[in-house]
Amino acid sequence: MAEATLRVFRGDSNSGQTVDYRVPVAPGMVVLDALHYIQGHLAPDLAVRWNCKAGKCGSCSAEVNGRPRLTCKTRIDDLPQDQPITVLPMKSFPRIKDLVTDVSWNYRVNRKIPPFEPRKGVEWKISQLDVDRVQEFRKCIECFLCHKKEQFAGPRFFVRVAGLEMHPLDGLNRAELLKDQLGLGYCNVTKCCTEVCPEEIRITDNAIIPLKERVVDEFYDPLTMLFRKIRGS
Amino acid sequence: MTANYETREHDVLIIGAGGAGLRAAIEALAQGASVGVVCKSLLGKAHTVMAEGGIAAAMANVDAADSWKTHFRDTMRGGKFLNNWRMAQLHAQESPERVRELEQWGALFDRTESGDILQRAFGGHTFKRLCHVGDRTGLEMIRTLQDRGVQQGIDVYMECTVTRLLTDSGRLAGAFAYWRENGRFIVFKAKSIVIATGGIGKAWRVTSNSWEYTGDGMALAYEAGAELMDMEFVQFHPTGMVWPPGVQGILVTEAVRGEGGILRNKAGERFMEKYDPKRMELSTRDVVARSIYTEVKDGRGTEHGGAYLDISHKPAEYVKKKLPSMYHQFKELADVDITKGPMEVGPTCHYMMGGIRVDAETAESTVPGLFAAGEAAAGLHGANRLGGNSLSDLLVFGRRAGLAAAAHAKRSSTLSIDSAQIDQAERELLAPFSNSGTESPYAVHRDLQEVMQNLVGIFRTDEDLRKALAELAKLKTRAAKVSVEGSRLFNPGWHLSYDLKAMLIVSEAVAHSALARTESRGAHSRIDYPSLDPVWEKKNNIIICEGGQMKRRESPTAEMPADLKEILAQD
Repeated sequence: MAEATLRVFRGDSNSGQTVDYRVPVAPGMVVLDALHYIQGHLAPDLAVRWNCKAGKCGSCSAEVNGRPRLTCKTRIDDLPQDQPITVLPMKSFPRIKDLVTDVSWNYRVNRKIPPFEPRKGVEWKISQLDVDRVQEFRKCIECFLCHKKEQFAGPRFFVRVAGLEMHPLDGLNRAELLKDQLGLGYCNVTKCCTEVCPEEIRITDNAIIPLKERVVDEFYDPLTMLFRKIRGS
Repeated sequence: MTANYETREHDVLIIGAGGAGLRAAIEALAQGASVGVVCKSLLGKAHTVMAEGGIAAAMANVDAADSWKTHFRDTMRGGKFLNNWRMAQLHAQESPERVRELEQWGALFDRTESGDILQRAFGGHTFKRLCHVGDRTGLEMIRTLQDRGVQQGIDVYMECTVTRLLTDSGRLAGAFAYWRENGRFIVFKAKSIVIATGGIGKAWRVTSNSWEYTGDGMALAYEAGAELMDMEFVQFHPTGMVWPPGVQGILVTEAVRGEGGILRNKAGERFMEKYDPKRMELSTRDVVARSIYTEVKDGRGTEHGGAYLDISHKPAEYVKKKLPSMYHQFKELADVDITKGPMEVGPTCHYMMGGIRVDAETAESTVPGLFAAGEAAAGLHGANRLGGNSLSDLLVFGRRAGLAAAAHAKRSSTLSIDSAQIDQAERELLAPFSNSGTESPYAVHRDLQEVMQNLVGIFRTDEDLRKALAELAKLKTRAAKVSVEGSRLFNPGWHLSYDLKAMLIVSEAVAHSALARTESRGAHSRIDYPSLDPVWEKKNNIIICEGGQMKRRESPTAEMPADLKEILAQD
């Protein structure tokens, strides 16, 4: 049977190094299968997060050969066979142990976003067209592959806000939150988030840019600013 | 001795953060209770996220003739009349309101032309009844509940595993748990506890379930003296992936068949004609799973031992729109384009119909103050669950459990925690670090999965089940001796050592109950007793812990009122 070498980070928040493991390769095997093999046969205390193993829960994110990926969807036979496969914890989050990182920050940021609130007296009729637009954002699995160590909330949360702001029946306005607390202005639209999204959400084009336009309209549109000045609000 | 654990106190403690746990939390919170939710994974990653096809609710948006009565009848028929009829009635009556509530909290479902929630056909449902979002309904549901719950103020203890329920003079007082991240201990004092921990799929080798589904909640309740019921009824979903090996068992949604997918054997025959000519591919899951299994066993299976499931006769754009995650799953993991050719599928362990015996109105177990909802609870689905009835179950009985748990907490005072129980829980949990020897928890788990897969699978016999019980006894001895290396810092080998204990308890309950039920009903198929036995329609198997021993007894089912009988009699 063919074998692959996985070069896996072992360590904690203070220190660590990569360790090589030889793993038998079966057809169609993914990196997460190899990590499970290592746990089951070579290193029972190897820390890995995972759940569904089907690309639906977004738990098993890691840097595979230097690129953030879901290990459950990364096939060994898609990677170069002549060199070790490096598997490192996500760079964007503080390390806890091995491939497990501290993602508590995500939950803290998420709390700041007010959820859906229907407009008063709304009729619960929605067209499929409106649903389709928003469902692109709702399919985010919160894997945080798109996240970088940034000074702002990051793509996942812009996707969430886009889903709320574009909900046809939502009655809240989150423009100020985007501008002041989530730091939307800091994103310089390089599309690096869109490139790594396993759900193929067009984060930059469909979420971030429209939200930026909304913030501009709300706060920086000269006519609106003039109007505000006159009204003194 | 100074306490080496932290203590938290809540009126209502909920174990599990899938759909049932979160819905219970939201309801208990709305009643003014302080609510803690403990979950083994990160919030939002529970198995509900995997649910694909939809939520069954008789909203009659597509088929105007649908009503709770038809939904009730379908559920009872699908469950081969072993269901708790009151639960089936409440479920059918309340699920439309629970779906509308989700929508009001921000969930967005696919729509009809007139702008209402769209509903699709599914196995065993007379009408188009499943409210859905493409094939990712569970994700929509869990995000909605998660955002709602967090905003309303639930305290979530993530990556935290409860290993024991604590009692004070026989009354439920709290729970003992450890943090997966650092291995430290935490004690919860609570007046009411809701178990919403899901099922036990990880005890089988081929399963659609994730690592979390190790029967924890059922084992905790059992050890606390609660009754387990209908444990012989394990659902094997007819369509899991079979190739390549690494993806074996991953779910292929029933929505593929709901949208018109056709099953064929290697000779190209549409074999469901033989097994259920009326309902064909949309027969109930027990029937379809047995049919595929039989085709394969009789040499008519595909190259990798499954059946072909084909949706490629539908327009490619339609398939991609209605089944987007199936399209990607097969393309990325199996190199199959489902818009062009068939998938290979076979049965995979999916769901536990049995579980903690509960009261239909309150979801309270036979232990006062201990509630259960969702897959961890028994009753609603009887001998076989219809697709789509799980998500509605979570909502209907999650809410009822939260309501009753909050009411119970209001009536109760906080009890004291017995330090001797905590000491014992700690010792038990830490034993694998001091055990000598080389027994690996992973090896015991692999062997357990083989036993359950081969001896307690889709088709069962007296001989196999007795053999399984003997093997489980040996595995229990081995599990008690497992040793682990490394520290208490995020150590999966150590975590599995406890999960093994729960899996073994529940597996034994399954084998015992399956051995006793000398008939074939729903998901329980005995080769040596191939027919329905009317005597067994009138009784449930109950499993209980007495004097440290697992005991089984039979309990007569409740008599159904005349008006419901009349509904069942209609066609």
